[in-house]
Amino acid sequence: MAKAAEPNLHREKERWEKEILEPFLKKAKERRERFITVSDEEVGRLYGPSDVADLDYERDLGYPGEYPYTRGVYPTMYRGRLWTMRQFAGFGGPEDTNARFKYLLKEGQTGLSTAFDMPTLMGLDSDHPLADGEVGVEGVAVATLADFEILFDGIPLDQVTTSFTINPSAPVIYAMYIAIADKQGVPREKIKGTIQNDMLKEFIAQKEWVVPPKPSVDLIADIFEFGIKETPKFNLISISGYHIREAGSTAIQELAFTLADGMAYVEAGLERGLDVDKFAPQLSFFFNSHNSFFEEIAKFRAARRIWARAMRERYSAKSEESWKLRFHTQTAGCSLTEQQPLINIVRVTMQALAAVLGGTQSLHTNSFDEALALPTEEAVRIALRTQQIIAHESGVADTIDPLGGSYFIEALTDETEKKTVEYIRKISDMGQGSILKGVLAGIENGYFQREIGQAAYQYQKQVETGEQTIVGVNKYRIPKEEDMRVPVLRIDPEVQRRQIARLQKVKRERDNEAVHRALSRLADAARTKQNTMSYILDAVKVYASVGEIMEIFRTVHGAYREPAIV
Amino acid sequence: MERRIRVLMAKAGLDGHDRGVKVVARALRDAGMEVIYTGLHNTPDQVVKAALQEDVDVIGLSILSGAHMTIFAKVAEMMKHYEMNDVLLMGGGIVPDEDKPALNQIGVYGLFGPGTSTQDIIEFIRNEVQKRRKLEV
Repeated sequence: MAKAAEPNLHREKERWEKEILEPFLKKAKERRERFITVSDEEVGRLYGPSDVADLDYERDLGYPGEYPYTRGVYPTMYRGRLWTMRQFAGFGGPEDTNARFKYLLKEGQTGLSTAFDMPTLMGLDSDHPLADGEVGVEGVAVATLADFEILFDGIPLDQVTTSFTINPSAPVIYAMYIAIADKQGVPREKIKGTIQNDMLKEFIAQKEWVVPPKPSVDLIADIFEFGIKETPKFNLISISGYHIREAGSTAIQELAFTLADGMAYVEAGLERGLDVDKFAPQLSFFFNSHNSFFEEIAKFRAARRIWARAMRERYSAKSEESWKLRFHTQTAGCSLTEQQPLINIVRVTMQALAAVLGGTQSLHTNSFDEALALPTEEAVRIALRTQQIIAHESGVADTIDPLGGSYFIEALTDETEKKTVEYIRKISDMGQGSILKGVLAGIENGYFQREIGQAAYQYQKQVETGEQTIVGVNKYRIPKEEDMRVPVLRIDPEVQRRQIARLQKVKRERDNEAVHRALSRLADAARTKQNTMSYILDAVKVYASVGEIMEIFRTVHGAYREPAIV
Repeated sequence: MERRIRVLMAKAGLDGHDRGVKVVARALRDAGMEVIYTGLHNTPDQVVKAALQEDVDVIGLSILSGAHMTIFAKVAEMMKHYEMNDVLLMGGGIVPDEDKPALNQIGVYGLFGPGTSTQDIIEFIRNEVQKRRKLEV
């Protein structure tokens, strides 16, 4: 800001340190030698004007809805419209999840978010040997369009936005959603929602895959090419840091790896010959909100600024819509404790508040019982109410970017940007200037896994030495007998039998000739490197299963197996 | 000199949550044990065969997907089939308390959930392996 004042500010701070602080510290030591965030970043005692002396308001912050969007992507932010309260739900069979969806809509939720079970996520049908014991357990089981018809029964697709947390089999699920819209008579250009569809972070952190990294990225480019024409209001990817953080990364690694993945997808789209301003507005992001309150807020603010600058400068995007980083946030699942589970409600509140102060577009708040199992209905309600209290009672949503201008927040935002950009430069170097190649190389040589594994181990050691405090775990513990018992939501093994029975019935009753034709046309398209999306849609419409469709890709490109790195 | 404790750290089924298994693997290694990590997405059969091949004292199975009853039962059954009576089968991840007695009964000793100190796991393994080695003599 005002440069002339700078030396004076430094002098003033030095004076304070000498005359006031030092004598005080001699009498009373501080609680710790080092004050660190959950990401092991040291934070200073006090931030003042000298820490933000280089900050240029117009260049670095700007106004909300204006480049570089540090203060928010919309001119009125939550004064106009609150963030979307989007609780992730899915378990059992499609009828169970359909009931949970209807319950959440009735409770005031504004968007749907679908969790799938492991077999569906990995592109396997319920009757696959590896699916045994996992059908409907971690999310809803979906094999064919028949399941999707039940899942969205009574839910008009022109009145909800739906998010699908699915990756390797994302093209199939996306096709099923379009097929349902077609059946309901809702024009494709009207459907709104998001498919996660971020395979790079799968190889980096979440570990769900079917085919190797390169063909996985090609499939994503197929979706971009198809989606910008067919479903222009649908987010074709949700570039996710959430899982990277859950796997143990620091906040800066989360941000750096996620934005690098985002840039890799931009490069994949450009390689496909797409105009950046045609597809970039349909990219969205997904971040974690962890315990260190200010670190998270700074991360969200820095994310917008870095992305806007990269899109404008590195990728020469002209449209403002391409510069805006819009994101979903979920509170940190890995921060929840099994011990004294009710205190998780407090953790979630703080994390959700950080997401809101960071300007998120949608939010999932975890339920207090999620360190133990899938959440019960009561726990989900409390989590949703937490958002509603932040939105309607606390008043934090009534002023845009209320922490903007705080010496600490601005210094931290700058610091986060610098360190993140440094990481991205390293990844770009690994790909000789191509971030796409750099990310693929980093996956192949285990770079990301080593970085994240190291950070996770470091954190665990700090917990065990007491350098990091987890209330109820390494401090303020109570005997297990005194701890609360949480009712656990269980999935009836009957779900697996019911799903397998439905799949077999569908396979008996569908036009198997048509399925065979659709699958062989898809195989030809995959082999000859045509865009596969319309062939997937054709196959879905004649009730080919997720497993059958993904098997085509497995046959053409081979299955992926990761190098085991500890 | 006594042989170093050998541990197979394993992931079975479709579960991709591997933060915990890797942290524990490193902690056991730092505590002087020999650790073999299977990587992801193994069948119970592959896990048990790897344990046989590597001649381990301990199989540590990590499951956070809710499929623990199915997968532990299959591993325990295979271990019985190969007469691996001296190998300790233990686990980590998300296992509700109500499931623990049933798992104990099929031969899973030691289930460590979120918030466990790696020191507790190290101590548990040392004690259990010691007991089993004494039985052998």
